Amino acid sequence: MILDGRFRFDNYVVGSANRLAVAAARAVAESPGQVYNPLFIYSASGLGKTHLVSAIAHQAREQRPGYGAAYVTVDEFVEDLHDAVSAGELDPFKQRWREHDIVLLDDVQFLTGQRETQTELLRLFNQLQRSGKQIVMASDRPPGEIPDVDARLVSRLSGGLVVDIGEPDFETKLGILRNLADGREPPIDAEILDAVAKVDFANVRELQGAFNRLEAYRSLHGGNIHAGNLRDILGLRARNTPVSGAPVREGDGGNGARREPAEFADFVADVSRTVETSVAEWKLRITEAIATWAAEGYRTAVLERALKLPRSPDVDGLLATFAAACAHLGSLEREAITLAPGFANHSVFRDPERVAAAEGLLSRLRVGGEPFPGPDASFTLANFEVGVSNELAARAAESVGAEPGRHFNPLVICGPGGTGKTHLLHAIGNLLREGMDDTASIACVSANQFIEELVEAAQQGELERWRARWRTVDALLLDDLDVIAGTERAQTELFHLFNALASENRPLVFASDRSPPELDQVEPRLRSRLAAGLVAALSPPDRATRRSIYARFLADVKPSVPDDVLDYLADSASSSVREIQGRASRVFALARSAGRLELATLRSELDGHLLPRAGAPEGLVDRAADPFFVDNERVIWDWHEIPGRAIEEIR
Amino acid sequence: MSIVNYATREITCKIVYYGPGRAGKTSNLQYVYGRVPGDRRGRMLSLATQNERTLFFDFLPLDLGSISGFSTRLQLYTVPGQIYYATTRKLVLNGADAVVFVADSQTRQFDENVESLRDLHENLAAQDIDVRTFPMVLQYNKRDLPSDLILTESELDEALNFRGVPAFAADALHGRGVFETLRSISGLVLRRLSAGSVAHG
Repeated sequence: MILDGRFRFDNYVVGSANRLAVAAARAVAESPGQVYNPLFIYSASGLGKTHLVSAIAHQAREQRPGYGAAYVTVDEFVEDLHDAVSAGELDPFKQRWREHDIVLLDDVQFLTGQRETQTELLRLFNQLQRSGKQIVMASDRPPGEIPDVDARLVSRLSGGLVVDIGEPDFETKLGILRNLADGREPPIDAEILDAVAKVDFANVRELQGAFNRLEAYRSLHGGNIHAGNLRDILGLRARNTPVSGAPVREGDGGNGARREPAEFADFVADVSRTVETSVAEWKLRITEAIATWAAEGYRTAVLERALKLPRSPDVDGLLATFAAACAHLGSLEREAITLAPGFANHSVFRDPERVAAAEGLLSRLRVGGEPFPGPDASFTLANFEVGVSNELAARAAESVGAEPGRHFNPLVICGPGGTGKTHLLHAIGNLLREGMDDTASIACVSANQFIEELVEAAQQGELERWRARWRTVDALLLDDLDVIAGTERAQTELFHLFNALASENRPLVFASDRSPPELDQVEPRLRSRLAAGLVAALSPPDRATRRSIYARFLADVKPSVPDDVLDYLADSASSSVREIQGRASRVFALARSAGRLELATLRSELDGHLLPRAGAPEGLVDRAADPFFVDNERVIWDWHEIPGRAIEEIR
Repeated sequence: MSIVNYATREITCKIVYYGPGRAGKTSNLQYVYGRVPGDRRGRMLSLATQNERTLFFDFLPLDLGSISGFSTRLQLYTVPGQIYYATTRKLVLNGADAVVFVADSQTRQFDENVESLRDLHENLAAQDIDVRTFPMVLQYNKRDLPSDLILTESELDEALNFRGVPAFAADALHGRGVFETLRSISGLVLRRLSAGSVAHG
């Protein structure tokens, strides 16, 4: 189907009923295949779907010479498919459709019952989307309401953005009429256009029809059109819609029954005149701007504040400044995406009041490239069981979160494996994230990663870039610090990084299996700096902590775990939280299979499995004593978060 | 109470008909209800006792359609006039954008009119509303009664209209003055649109 060259964005009148659809269509035309794919537009007949879909194709092709756009109705697609099948040329058909960069499909509602076409379309959509090509569809109803369509196809149709176009409001109708009237001679009186725009037309086509009728009347009878004869010309006498300046009187006051509607119509006309003279034009303009920018995802708080001012500000200046800020943010975002795709749609690029923050983020990305891994959100201080064995470290963590960089900088958390160092380190990272700007760079990494990046940078001769990158972090949380022992170069670099960050009061947190003085093969100058902050030790969990951890892990067991069982579990010493988790997993499984947990059963089950079996080869005895080795698969399955991954690595 | 919401393009006005018991407040709403095309009015909610006295309040929503792109609605309420429904009156008056005070023109109802108007002023003051700038009109109802039973308009004006607000003679049962009153109060309240009584969604 040939695209109608008249259907373009620049002559599509935007109003409240179609603003979202137009914003989405423009976004698709500017970046086909990257946003809202597929884009599904629906509306009642005659409200501008085809115009919008065609405008997308035109703009996409204008901006990209040689861009392949295919615009067809479903009927035409079906016909094409049937021709291909009957000619035995299904493969060329598929190949031809796959080659288009953008496929625009109109009248999608006619897919009803077309099983073969649906299957072919589903296949085509999958292929197009996989290769980053754009699909745009138009229909008279949303995907879910098209009867007898394969659920998978419905899901695919709804998978991008589904937007509707409503009936045009007064301003939209007036805009359309002005477009139509533009250049007509003699010019049509603005009041006549106003009056026509106030008539309730079901769709834009009816409105165009009314305009054509006016034009025809003008050409036949000259320019003698006024509010009094307008409704006659438009053939609207039967309707009860008031026209400005000429309220429709359905009767003229003789008897009561005939007077009734006129009384109300007079009243409405009177109210209309009052409203027309009372609404503040500047507020309308700002409101329009809010709706437009909000539809494009921008934060409009500054405009909303302006709307609350007692009198009109410099609206032109305000809107121009706002638009310029949005445009600037857009260019910053585009550059940011090229450096780090993960920053697409970041909130900082949608807030004109945070241009400085966006610029700061971009300059950091220019130096640092891809952002550092941040803390795992599942590790919070709230789910860190605090007891005698770890209270100091937990309080220190809170303190660092409350006053980053000022309290306990650096903080070194040390303790044997499985006592919760990693959990606490990430929990501090999450606390810092809550308190910092969302553009802040919080690096929560293992010393291994630190060393690996350093080695790679040294090999590629990019040491300076590596140093600059690490100096952009707002907070450094380094896990497994002990592995840095014996790595001279890494220690030197960490020493300099430490100094650079500490001098700017950026938070530094380390986790290690030993306290700084015990870190042999680490340079004394680094050890002394680490020891100069707060060294908080984590010990194996005490009884109360063990009980709390068991209670938390077994909270979902139904019926709930009896106190004597929890006491029994807590009584047995554990060297780490990880060990408790392993044991709790087994108890959980036992509870699920037995239906009810009783102390006697549990005691025999647990003790039986955990005690070394007689005659087992040496070495296996130790492994069997560790609950992790009792049931590897389940342990790893249940621990899908970082601790689980850590265990997998050890394995 | 918000009058115009630029963000959602809605204008909503709450107009309360206030006055002594049996002055004709419900009759005003019933007349309006009868003259509004079916598609422009909501269901009139009227909570009345068996002897047709308003027990709680009447509520009539009117949809005036799209005006200058704003979906415009009026919400008309009446309060129960009887002295002992003071709490309901306060409740209905809460958030009102304008008040129509319906006075009973009968000579023997003079004290009730004065008492009700005083009660209105008290309730408005309790809501921190400055009655000097608050949109209000008076309606002198029952002008169809024999002249020896009713006060003249100037007598009523002198007693009740000391603020010089618009006043209308009416016979609400038969419709005289009903729409004139509604038009006047609507005009007063809508002209405040540009004076900053707005919400922004």
